[in-house]
Amino acid sequence: MSEAVPKIAQIPDLVNLFPNKVQLDTRPGYQGYIVGREHLLDVVRQLRDEYGYDYLSSVTGVDYLPEGKMEVVYHLYKTLGGPALVLKVQTPREEPRVPSLVPLFRGAEFQEREAWDLLGIRFEGHPDLRRILMWEGFAGFPLRKDWREPYFEEEAKPFKSRWPEGFVFRAEDRNPFGDNVQYPPGFDPETWTSPDDEAVYRALKRIGEDDDFHTDTLVVNLGPQHPSTHGVFRMVVSLSEETILDLKPIMGYLHRNHEKIGERNTFLQNMPFTDRLDYLCSMSNNFGYALAVEKLMGIKPPERAEYIRVMMAELTRFLNHIFAIGFLLNDLGAYFTPALYAIEERELILDVFEAVSGSRMMCNYFRFGGVARDVSADILAKVRRLVYDRLPRKVDEMDEFLTHNEIVRERCEGVGVLTAEQAIANSASGPVLRASGVPYDVRRAEPYSIYDRLEFDVAVRYHGDIYDRYLIRLDEMRQSLRILQQVLRDIPDGPIMTGKPQYQVRVPPGEAYGRVEGPKGELGFYVVSNGKPNPWRYHVRAPSFINLTSLADMAIGHKVADVVAILGSIDIVLGEVDR
Amino acid sequence: MSEKEITEMTTPGYEIPPELRHQVTITTLERIYNWGRANSLWPMMFGLACCAIEMIATAASRYDLARFGMEVMRPSPRQSDVLIVSGTVTKKMVPQIVRLYNQMAEPRYVIAMGACASGGGPFKEGYNVVSGIDKFIPVDVYIPGCPPTPQALLNGLIALQKKIERQSLRDLPWYQKGAAEPIPIPVLGPDLMDPRKYALIREVTRRQATQAQEGEVSNE
Ligand code: SF4
Repeated sequence: MSEAVPKIAQIPDLVNLFPNKVQLDTRPGYQGYIVGREHLLDVVRQLRDEYGYDYLSSVTGVDYLPEGKMEVVYHLYKTLGGPALVLKVQTPREEPRVPSLVPLFRGAEFQEREAWDLLGIRFEGHPDLRRILMWEGFAGFPLRKDWREPYFEEEAKPFKSRWPEGFVFRAEDRNPFGDNVQYPPGFDPETWTSPDDEAVYRALKRIGEDDDFHTDTLVVNLGPQHPSTHGVFRMVVSLSEETILDLKPIMGYLHRNHEKIGERNTFLQNMPFTDRLDYLCSMSNNFGYALAVEKLMGIKPPERAEYIRVMMAELTRFLNHIFAIGFLLNDLGAYFTPALYAIEERELILDVFEAVSGSRMMCNYFRFGGVARDVSADILAKVRRLVYDRLPRKVDEMDEFLTHNEIVRERCEGVGVLTAEQAIANSASGPVLRASGVPYDVRRAEPYSIYDRLEFDVAVRYHGDIYDRYLIRLDEMRQSLRILQQVLRDIPDGPIMTGKPQYQVRVPPGEAYGRVEGPKGELGFYVVSNGKPNPWRYHVRAPSFINLTSLADMAIGHKVADVVAILGSIDIVLGEVDR
Repeated sequence: MSEKEITEMTTPGYEIPPELRHQVTITTLERIYNWGRANSLWPMMFGLACCAIEMIATAASRYDLARFGMEVMRPSPRQSDVLIVSGTVTKKMVPQIVRLYNQMAEPRYVIAMGACASGGGPFKEGYNVVSGIDKFIPVDVYIPGCPPTPQALLNGLIALQKKIERQSLRDLPWYQKGAAEPIPIPVLGPDLMDPRKYALIREVTRRQATQAQEGEVSNE
């Protein structure tokens, strides 16, 4: 191989390509380009059509209060692989307006709505710019730096009242309403009329007016309390007979203000919060966040820690997929029996997690520059037994029981199809993207940790239906076991932390985007530091959230009973969807 | 039932003819009624957040909720006896939870599972988080933990059973005449509004408005 950077890994020099439209971002610690607001659509269109940047991974806003600016940050990738192209658009803070990228990438739809909801950035040309996580009518844009929550205490932790004095009080006692609420001055609750759901119903497609055979469209709400919505998720569907005409997902019922809390926390304090994003896969969440902050700090964990990390991440992937398959079968009507088989294996892996981290689910195991505790020989022996003996048998067992089951095939084949083009345009990731025939896996496209020296195949299937999304999870479980076998063979002895463990890490100013291939898809953390102990911006690119963009595409035209199975095949976790 | 309770039940202080000793027992209505109810609690199939996953794990084969007569998870509130609030209660979700509680048939019980449901937990300071479900509906048992382990959940459920066994038919609200008052459903306004607190809200916001005005005047 030649020494030159492979063509695919080169980032085009946008300043030469688009003179006067694009500038280099020269702030220390930052990367990418700043695009003029009015040129954004042109530039992105050309990048997509001529330079192969066909995958819009993340869109998010940052409030630069001291400079009086808002910034929208885009991370573009090629589905062929390679590093990110980072674009930024700046807009004055008083009236933040940015052109919407939805005409080019439908995957921007929810993310732009989120930026509007939480930061108040208006995206011009967005087809359906409504609040997404909070409700319509909520006062204020909570992620703005000058917006204060009702229990506001101080800008940043650790709070002086609690440390070092250790003074404890109830937040309720300091609020005039005795609760976690605040209202505009002079507000009278009796006069309030809630605008909430009308907008949703208006946005739904119904049978067209020009239809001369007039039938009524039925609007059905599924959720937020519904046995098969995998948590508190709501879908509004309009039906013609039993066929779905349109579908709008409604989320935010579990919006726990992860990002606002995360920006008050110190860097390390965020680690246990990441556990609670996708609460089935706390280890891979830790991984993504650790990578992002390590990028900023410019450190790398020692070898042994890298192996332990990969081991935990792959165990997590196995656990997640077997759980997802179990619950997909639940949704298909095999009430709980397959899920019980899945949970049995999950428990065995959880035992390993509990042994290394002290907690079954909320592991909080990664640290910047390593992991919290070493893995003892006993635990390794246990993992070895699982990986070489038990788990492969269980995958085969699942395969044998389910893959050729007539009901499974009947209900899954050809249902909920997502084409490759749609999947890419919708920024789908993970098994959803790969089941549609796009072999894109962050572990290969932009390898992190030690994945570049591990041998495994990127699983890919081509039909994009529920059945393939089920099969691809089986494939990926097998590949995970393959990786685990290599890790167990090669894991070296040595330290598990770079430097001393510390509570307060020093993070130089700058930005970083750390992404991992989580079990649900590309999990990214966008972190901006201004040199203080707390992140200035802390954003999570949640795969479950963005994969839901495709739900409508998959469901339209199918029967309402299928929508439950289609949702199950995307595999969402509400903690991550709503954050 | 403990050994002691079984002996108490079979030796109630009445004479049972010897030929019937192993077939007949005499006890109080209250005790047999509570015993039956405590051992057939049907939880609502209702998961909110991370804690719900541990609730599922508790229902699965390793911890086996069926041992306590609770494996029949009902998706409908009308058929369930106990609402396990398993996760973070957000402002956006709380109207639905109160509605579900109102729809449950009496007698009904509520368990606050985990730190979030008990008091807001790690997310308490969040702007969309309710500081504990007991701000809106009465809670019978609180289970600490984040998430509580399945053992802790079982312990909480056993605590609820014990509580039920101590209850008397005479003074429980749901055995009295008259229908129960439903709990007013919170409204989503500029922030969450509890209809029981409208007067307080109005008073405080009015005071804030006058203060703001005075502040403006004094600034000039
Ligand atoms: S108590 Fe902990 S585990 Fe339970 S819902 Fe809250 S954050 Fe999740």
